[in-house]
Amino acid sequence: MQEQDSKATSAPCRDLKGRPLLVEAIGITKTFGGFTALDDINLMFKGGEIHCLAGENGSGKSTLVKIISGAYTPDKGSIVINGKSYSALNPAQSMAEGIQVIYQDLALFEHMSVAENIALGRLRENDQRLINWKKVDAIAQAQLERIGVQLDLRQELREASISTKQLVAICRALAMDAKVLFMDEPTTALSGREVDRLLEVMADLKKSGLAVIFISHKLDEVFRIANVVTVFRDGRKIGDFPSGDLNARRLSYYMTGKEISYPKYQRVSTKQESFVEIHGLCKKNMYQDINLSVRPGDIMGCIGLLGSGRTELALSLFGLNPPDGGDIIINGHKTSINSPSAAMEAGIALLPEDRSTEGLFLERSVAVNATAAIIDKLCHGWFKCFDFRRERECARQDICDINIKTTSEQKLAGELSGGNQQKVVLAKWLATKPRLFIMDNPTVGIDIGSKAEIYETAQSLARRDMAVLLLSDEVEELTANCNRIAIFARGRIIEILDEKRLADPHIGSYITKVVAAGRRLDDVVSASADANMQQIATVVTVDAPLRDTKESGVCK
Amino acid sequence: MQQNYHKNLKATKSAPLTYFTADANLNALLTVFVLLAVVCAIAFGSAMYSGANLQSMAFQIPEFGFVALGMMLAFLVGGIDLSIVANACLSGIIAAFILTGQWLPGMSDEWRIAVAVCSALGLSTLMGLFNGLLIATCAVSSLIATLGTMTLYSGIGMALTGGRSVVGFPETFTAGGIATVGGVPLIFLAFIVVLAAMALLLERTGGGRKLYLFGGNPVAALFSGISNFRMNVITFTASGFLAGLSGLTIIMRVNSAKVGYGDAYVFQALIVCVIAGIHPAGGRGKVIGIGITTVLMQMAASAFTIMQLSPYTTKLIWGLMLVLVLGLTRDGKRLLQLVRAPLKQRHLAPSVEAESADFLTKRNSLEDSEASITTTGAPYSAVNGQQEIDGKRAVLPKVNDKA
Repeated sequence: MQEQDSKATSAPCRDLKGRPLLVEAIGITKTFGGFTALDDINLMFKGGEIHCLAGENGSGKSTLVKIISGAYTPDKGSIVINGKSYSALNPAQSMAEGIQVIYQDLALFEHMSVAENIALGRLRENDQRLINWKKVDAIAQAQLERIGVQLDLRQELREASISTKQLVAICRALAMDAKVLFMDEPTTALSGREVDRLLEVMADLKKSGLAVIFISHKLDEVFRIANVVTVFRDGRKIGDFPSGDLNARRLSYYMTGKEISYPKYQRVSTKQESFVEIHGLCKKNMYQDINLSVRPGDIMGCIGLLGSGRTELALSLFGLNPPDGGDIIINGHKTSINSPSAAMEAGIALLPEDRSTEGLFLERSVAVNATAAIIDKLCHGWFKCFDFRRERECARQDICDINIKTTSEQKLAGELSGGNQQKVVLAKWLATKPRLFIMDNPTVGIDIGSKAEIYETAQSLARRDMAVLLLSDEVEELTANCNRIAIFARGRIIEILDEKRLADPHIGSYITKVVAAGRRLDDVVSASADANMQQIATVVTVDAPLRDTKESGVCK
Repeated sequence: MQQNYHKNLKATKSAPLTYFTADANLNALLTVFVLLAVVCAIAFGSAMYSGANLQSMAFQIPEFGFVALGMMLAFLVGGIDLSIVANACLSGIIAAFILTGQWLPGMSDEWRIAVAVCSALGLSTLMGLFNGLLIATCAVSSLIATLGTMTLYSGIGMALTGGRSVVGFPETFTAGGIATVGGVPLIFLAFIVVLAAMALLLERTGGGRKLYLFGGNPVAALFSGISNFRMNVITFTASGFLAGLSGLTIIMRVNSAKVGYGDAYVFQALIVCVIAGIHPAGGRGKVIGIGITTVLMQMAASAFTIMQLSPYTTKLIWGLMLVLVLGLTRDGKRLLQLVRAPLKQRHLAPSVEAESADFLTKRNSLEDSEASITTTGAPYSAVNGQQEIDGKRAVLPKVNDKA
């Protein structure tokens, strides 16, 4: 603790290597209403460095970015850019100083081509009245060459993959002569190989002297790429740490203030007959010949690159993507699932990939969201009268049970943080008492604390005989939570790893390799011997007795 | 911690829902309504509030009110139903043919009226169903689909009548249009009944809740097991039924049926929906808002008549009103928030406040104690739910009514 305190209060050191110091924030304070979003932040971003901002949702990272990009005005403090001091920036000044922010949603023009997206910001800045198409192409090509990437300049952006869009956003920032580049969770929507490509590009940018500021929840990426990690918690800076001094455990401790441990899921159920059996399921251009069986109490992990058929299979099981052939056998009965309501009847729930559009009604309250899947059960009488009291009770029960942090069950779901939003979606489905819960990337863009709680929930449900299908891109997430893992590639399941195989401590790196290769690797021994992957801390244990007190105090 | 999921939920004390105070738009609407009523009282006095004028207003409201209710349904699912009036006219014409004995001759007046009413309502419902199926199966936007059916339905009406009026209804039928119960027109009472039924269905039943959720976010609704197909079909079918009611009311009152009667209602209904706070993107708005707004519009129209404004000026004022309201919903919310902040504390039923406060203090105190123990030694607690604020969210003025 002592060590941490001293780090937290240490003043920003001078740049010893004599590199150009680019941006310095001095004593930045920002309050919203009565809430202090940033409290006396001192921070320095240097050229030629990748600087990572780490912290849970709401810890103040994005507020700081918005102050430096000129979107917000700080209450106190100043920003020094290349020796010029500003008490407040406006967006135009910020851009003129070479500060560019790539937000998570990228803010690109979907209906325009790659070249237009890259070049138009620059042309607008130069106040060009007419568009010189040759110049557009020239600018775009030059930026793409800078990051060493080949793209089709004429491709319309809405047809491009997210990873291409990400690269286009970077090129656009470069075209605007970026010296300081902020990237807000750039890797969330990317698959493993695309992440690698993006990280390479970031490393190149660093070499060319840019200051790259990287905001990510994925700790493994942070360690792979960052030179310096600044940790925020509750609007304060905990400290700047060289990434070499940190490990996953310590970083999550600094971020959450909680000690981290990794309980691994062990199946306890004695039931051996499958809840769901899939035989030879196929859907044209999506997946072929899928054979899979999930028992109650199983957490079956599904991993595979984008387009490997994983999500498509999940949607098929939920009635949103009817298969062309094959059988789905639920509880021993052949069942055709052709709509979500049929899936719900069969006891299947799906936590969708994109919680803000598919999972939640952002403009409705937590209570409405939490009961959205059990509306019929909350109705009584011949008139199907909706029981508002039970709705509220259910919501409060959920708030207690899965620890949704909200001031009231009437708060709008859109006002919650990402982790709590996901817990609301979880609550919505748990209310239906599903027997198979499909979770499609349940922890994307979620802070570590909430992540751990979601894992904990999934595991404790599985311990009480729920079957869980966990779709994820994170190997660590799967190895910690699953007792079986299916690896998908090109629409097929290429390998299913059972409990024995997963007990191997090096299985994580093996899975990574199989996913990347897209085929079974026979040489398991050499694959696992080569294990140098960092195992990442993901699960928080919270003292069980405390939970019990809370339950008996409020929820009962 | 999860042991409680599958237990039966224990009942806690419930508080009556604060219907009006919970909705900023409804508050604004009521304010405007009261203001207009007072202004009218001062400016026109007995000319406005004479029994005769009130009654004549009540006679005029229903035919338009049904159209507005139908439009509201379409708005709630994020759509629009342009075909309502064409549907009303066509079903009116069908009823008229039966009533005048041109179709199915040789029935007694009573039978003829019963058959005419049933076939008008049945046909209008079918036309609504057709709209719904078109929208749900062909994935056309409701704007395009109903623009098409609007032309189709008035085309059929035109072919049937050749553009002429159908006249000569039995007196027992037209008597319904001018009948009053205790001075209140019968058709107005019918409108109130339909309004109340819709309010109950939409706001108090599971089906209504589904409709609102579907309107707010169809994708999330689909992922919650709410069938998008069924919602679209039900909505537009219901809208068709309301069009039938409107059609019957019209022919009852004017004693004739003709293509093109009430064409202006389509756009007036759009204005009413917007003013009533029915969000065009779907999922928001209350039935009572439509009730208040139709009366409001009728009062304004009545005031125009008393002031002897030319019809052209009237249109100008309608347009102005729409632009004003659109502006107000954008910037007025912030204004309203400021005005309502001190009012709200008094308005909220104390039981609600007390109960939620009670619930939350209990929860938070427990959470705090948990936080203080688990994070012993760590300088700042990240556990307390109260502190969870995202910078982005905090700076935007909250449009949350309950806060």
